[in-house]
Amino acid sequence: MAKKVALLQGNEACAHGALYAGCRFFGGYPITPSTEVAEVMAVELPKIGGTFIQMEDEIGAMASILGAALTGAKAFTATSGPGMSLKQELIGYACMAEIPCVIVNVMRGGPSTGMPTGPSQSDVMQARWGTHGDHPAIALAPSSCQEIFSETVRAFNLAETYRMPVQILLDEINGHMRERIEIPEPGDLEVLNRQLPTVAPEDYKPFDDTQGDVPPLAAFGSDYRYHVTGLNKAADGFPTSKPELVDAEKRRQLRKIEANQAHIEKNEEYRVEDAEVILVAYGTISRSARAAVDHLRNDGIKAGLFRPITLWPFPEKRMARLAEQARAIVVPEMNLGQLILEIERATRRVCPVEGIGRVDGELITPAEIVAKVKEVL
Amino acid sequence: MSKRYELRFSGAGGQGLITAGIIMAEAAAIIEGRYTAQSQSYGPEARGGASKSEVIISDEPIDYPKATAVDACLALTQQAADKYAAGVKPGGMLLLDSDFVKRDPEGDFRIVKFPIIRTAKDEVGREIVANVVALGAMVALTGIISRESGEQAVIARVPEAFIELNKKAYNTGFEKVKALLA
Amino acid sequence: MAFDYEQYLRPGKLPHIWCPGCGHGIVMKGLLRAIDRCGLQKNNTAIVSGTGCASRLPGYVDFNTLHTAHGRAAAFATGIKMAKPEMDVLVVGGDGDGIAIGGNHFIHACRRNIDMTYVLMNNYIYGMTGGQFSPCTPTGDRTSTTPYGNPDPIFDVAKLAIGAGATFVARTTAFHATQIDKLITAGLRHKGMAVIEVLDDCPTAFGRHNKFRSVVEMMKRLKDIAVPTQAASQMSPDQLRGKILTGILHQEEKPEYCEQYQQVIARAQAAAKF
Repeated sequence: MAKKVALLQGNEACAHGALYAGCRFFGGYPITPSTEVAEVMAVELPKIGGTFIQMEDEIGAMASILGAALTGAKAFTATSGPGMSLKQELIGYACMAEIPCVIVNVMRGGPSTGMPTGPSQSDVMQARWGTHGDHPAIALAPSSCQEIFSETVRAFNLAETYRMPVQILLDEINGHMRERIEIPEPGDLEVLNRQLPTVAPEDYKPFDDTQGDVPPLAAFGSDYRYHVTGLNKAADGFPTSKPELVDAEKRRQLRKIEANQAHIEKNEEYRVEDAEVILVAYGTISRSARAAVDHLRNDGIKAGLFRPITLWPFPEKRMARLAEQARAIVVPEMNLGQLILEIERATRRVCPVEGIGRVDGELITPAEIVAKVKEVL
Repeated sequence: MSKRYELRFSGAGGQGLITAGIIMAEAAAIIEGRYTAQSQSYGPEARGGASKSEVIISDEPIDYPKATAVDACLALTQQAADKYAAGVKPGGMLLLDSDFVKRDPEGDFRIVKFPIIRTAKDEVGREIVANVVALGAMVALTGIISRESGEQAVIARVPEAFIELNKKAYNTGFEKVKALLA
Repeated sequence: MAFDYEQYLRPGKLPHIWCPGCGHGIVMKGLLRAIDRCGLQKNNTAIVSGTGCASRLPGYVDFNTLHTAHGRAAAFATGIKMAKPEMDVLVVGGDGDGIAIGGNHFIHACRRNIDMTYVLMNNYIYGMTGGQFSPCTPTGDRTSTTPYGNPDPIFDVAKLAIGAGATFVARTTAFHATQIDKLITAGLRHKGMAVIEVLDDCPTAFGRHNKFRSVVEMMKRLKDIAVPTQAASQMSPDQLRGKILTGILHQEEKPEYCEQYQQVIARAQAAAKF
């Protein structure tokens, strides 16, 4: 049977990916350039009995999806720059209380109001460290509209698997760009659900780590009753300030990522086998970098592209290995040097690491990357 | 035909150019099954101001999603013609509304022009379908998609009551350019 | 027979954190009596709070309980109620939490007229942080951040709720213990957003700064300033000066938000059929 084909904006593909993943609750607040995500959810969710609510502000939107997620729903919100700053408070809450949810941030120029209709990739570090305190982070940066669809499905899977918020980073370009995409049939892509408790209700502890680092999560309104708080807490969910329990809780939350990095990580490599220059790029800019690789190869320069799709946790081991074979690493990104810091850390600068930064709302072109590579070599 | 073909639709906000670009992209992507990327420049103004929509059609996956060397450009205003003609590649084509673009941009490209908006008003009967007249004209000018695919994409997008009007607009634009090229 | 509070309290979670003389415990007991009277089921009930002294209440009671970030309770509760409308959802919290940092969520929950019951314990102060003024601290009063007297005018919580669209608004005080459960009961039975403001005392932070010599004195003040709405209609403006009205201040029938959204679902599904 022929696949269903559509021409979709990245933002629309993101919304349809969420629906495919089983999302049944969207709480949002309008903000450019993410609004199409909310608009699709407003049309589609009521058709399948799901809930769309436009909340009074960005924080309220984030709060509403966490409330919904605790009832068992897969919940989702969309925002951009300034809205992401506001959501940080409750992203921290979601990390602490271990509530699965997905947030898409269609990045725009900043700080502050910045450039609402201009693309940017300047929230890379915010995605990792935006909320206060030590906390785990997963952030995905898809490139094409097809990949936005499939990575949104994966974002829900990761959120459900690890009981935590997962961020999707788009930008104004791939959020608004339309591309032909094949809509997967049900079953084509894996869809995962959170683990539910199997113990008797009276024995249920929402943060019991005796069976693993990701405790099963019961739904409000089921046979299980429990307490949720943003305070440090013991396995039973009630506040504690006992040093050994606080320490164990924090370390377990980080271990959810560290111990499962191989499962969470996803990268794409293009012509890296014999590459002497490795371009590292993500999201829309990876498309410029891929074109640059072909240009450079035509000019006799052995270039390759390493494209992290999972930005956090950063695929540091693979990056380090590629650095060993490279004469130089070039990192084009629409900011003034964010992921490059992580690349420098991962590679321990065994070869020169050079950035190309642009913050004027224009894409980095393949020609700019080619020129930079020739300058570096 | 090279494997990557770039089109640009430009004019003022509110002229329906983004829609024209989307219909072109739908024809290429959905009806003809080709790799297609459509993008646009957004301004905070919904009406007036400059507006631009780009469509890239390719037989291979598209990497850089914006136009770099435009094969064919439509400009409905003098401002758009002045601003975007420079992006047209040597040997490319420029389609102009002859009522609104009084000074032809200079460069190594072929210029084709006719009163696009007036044609919509007087020959089709509604100025609002000028973008579909322009779309038909661009299809005839470029041959990048078939005439039938374009028409099918127009029909798929417009409400039932407006199908005949839009078909007429599309085919009028197509025939105008076909005659000019003959 | 004495009411059995134990059945609703989580074993081992007391003593609570509230200071001796604080009225929050009186409100909690009233809340439990109301829940019992309305026959709410533990598994089907969610009690949501923000952050602050009053917001610790959910930790002590045996329901689905959610202790959230400062001010955000109404928005979390909205998410729960919209995702599972069959649940009974209550919000509890203080004046700083609900009316200052959470003011936006509060007024919009009222505007939507979503079916939940919000018990707001107004003790005129931020207690947990050590006694700073809130939007409900009377003008001229002293707190640790208004050492020369509070220059701010107050929010009247009940008027704010009515103005914002809540369809059930009532007020009482921690002194009027039996009225607390009567009003919360009426609020729970009301379809739509019910706000019950309970004027409360904070001997530690508010009393200390404002020359109340004892809890008894603070309680006596709550008793003295309260005037039931029926009695108030017989009183002159002079007699009402410095008083506050208690009882059901406002009740009306208006479309409830979850039901409105069910109609959205029906319209979307009908449109999708064509």
